[in-house]
Amino acid sequence: MAKVSFTREHEWIKVDGGEGVIGITNYAQEQLGDIVFVDLPAVGQQVKQGEEAAVVESVKAASELYAPASGEVVAVNEALVDDPARVNEDAMNRGWFFKISLSDPNELSALLDEAAYKEYVESLG
Amino acid sequence: MNQPPHAALKETPLTALHKKLGAKMVPFAGYEMPLQYSGIIAEHLHARSGAVLFDVSHMGQAILRGPDAAAALNELVVGDLVKLPVGKVRYTLLTNDRGGIIDDLMVVNGGYYLVIVVNAARKEMDFAHIYARIRDRCQLEIWEDRALLALQGPAAAKVLSRLAPPSKHMMFMSMENLKLGDIKCGVTRSGYTGEDGFEITVPHEDATRLAELLLAEDEVKPAGLGARDTLRLEAGLCLYGNDIDEETTPVEAGLSWTISPSRKEQGGFPGDEIILRQLLEGPGRKRVGIRFEGKAVPRSGAEIETMEGAPIGLITSGSYGPSVGSPIAMAYLASDHASAGTLVRATLRGKPVPGEVVKLPFVPHRYAS
Repeated sequence: MAKVSFTREHEWIKVDGGEGVIGITNYAQEQLGDIVFVDLPAVGQQVKQGEEAAVVESVKAASELYAPASGEVVAVNEALVDDPARVNEDAMNRGWFFKISLSDPNELSALLDEAAYKEYVESLG
Repeated sequence: MNQPPHAALKETPLTALHKKLGAKMVPFAGYEMPLQYSGIIAEHLHARSGAVLFDVSHMGQAILRGPDAAAALNELVVGDLVKLPVGKVRYTLLTNDRGGIIDDLMVVNGGYYLVIVVNAARKEMDFAHIYARIRDRCQLEIWEDRALLALQGPAAAKVLSRLAPPSKHMMFMSMENLKLGDIKCGVTRSGYTGEDGFEITVPHEDATRLAELLLAEDEVKPAGLGARDTLRLEAGLCLYGNDIDEETTPVEAGLSWTISPSRKEQGGFPGDEIILRQLLEGPGRKRVGIRFEGKAVPRSGAEIETMEGAPIGLITSGSYGPSVGSPIAMAYLASDHASAGTLVRATLRGKPVPGEVVKLPFVPHRYAS
């Protein structure tokens, strides 16, 4: 079964085998408001944990998505190109951004589990 | 919209109501204001199809009294307020001695007085400027105790006429003192969205009751500053501090139409020599609209280049335009690259974003005639 982990920058990664699907959390989409553009990485691109891997633009502002883990991009959610509002509608599922093959699964230990992330969001008020 | 996070924020009389309605509150011009309720795009589209209610109580409202008030204020602005008929509203500009814009404002001729409405972020400076220049000719009375609401959208007139039947006869840019329910209000037919609508001044103690009265109408939904900004951008209306400031002149800003014919001939306002010379010779740069391809949004501060890569200007407001359906911007461009149809580009995160200079407004105005 896939395990979901979270960053303090409000990204999630669902890991299954050696691959991880990445997106932004529901809290993040609520904070951003209406999303109008998503700039996705290219398939084959290497992303590094904690570094910018995608950009999401709401009506008000542009924000970066930082990769929750390192690896090679193996798929991107093309549906977001035409319909970026999917991120608002279903951030944790249909609003996924891209998928990587993990280069170092040990990196995941630095992330928060669902309970810890929930507690973290609540602490933000 | 950024403020130091710990600065003490002022509230409007409607702050509690905004929170009750689930607004996301943000600091703006020293006030805690609603950014959005249901979402910027939904609120924006509702303003173009139904009616929305904005709280704009952070704006500065004041009265100028005295028989000489219009003639005195006339010396500070580019419009002709002496000729402003009773019951009419005028959009005008306070200018500095360099021809720059100190603020844009609405002036209402109330008969025995003038009402002025200025931008929240500029009100202290404006009132100090007016007081310093003309205090011996009229009395400036700052309205600290009045709220300002804006009801905007194609359904606004129908809604307001239900509550105050005489409002339906009001012309665009006119003012009436009306009772909405049992609440005495000053109402102008005006706004900042490109749609028909009204701006309503009311004492603090009646503000919540009035807002609830208007929101109880089926067509009306609350809207926040986010939608207000996208609506005014599509309507080609300037935001002070972004699109106009003390370094931009009315001619560069495309606001020459606010300079009354008599003032074009005789001047008599701060910076008149510079402004009238620019009118004659043409400005070196002009405010334009740009519509971009794709979905990435070039924003304020982004450089605009020719398709060959020569820099020709800067974006002063940029956003996704919900009714236009694409990214749009206002920019100042060198005049020889500012005509509609000129192809330009911005660069965003290292990628070129092509666009085209278009005529403002992006969305046609639909004011009452």
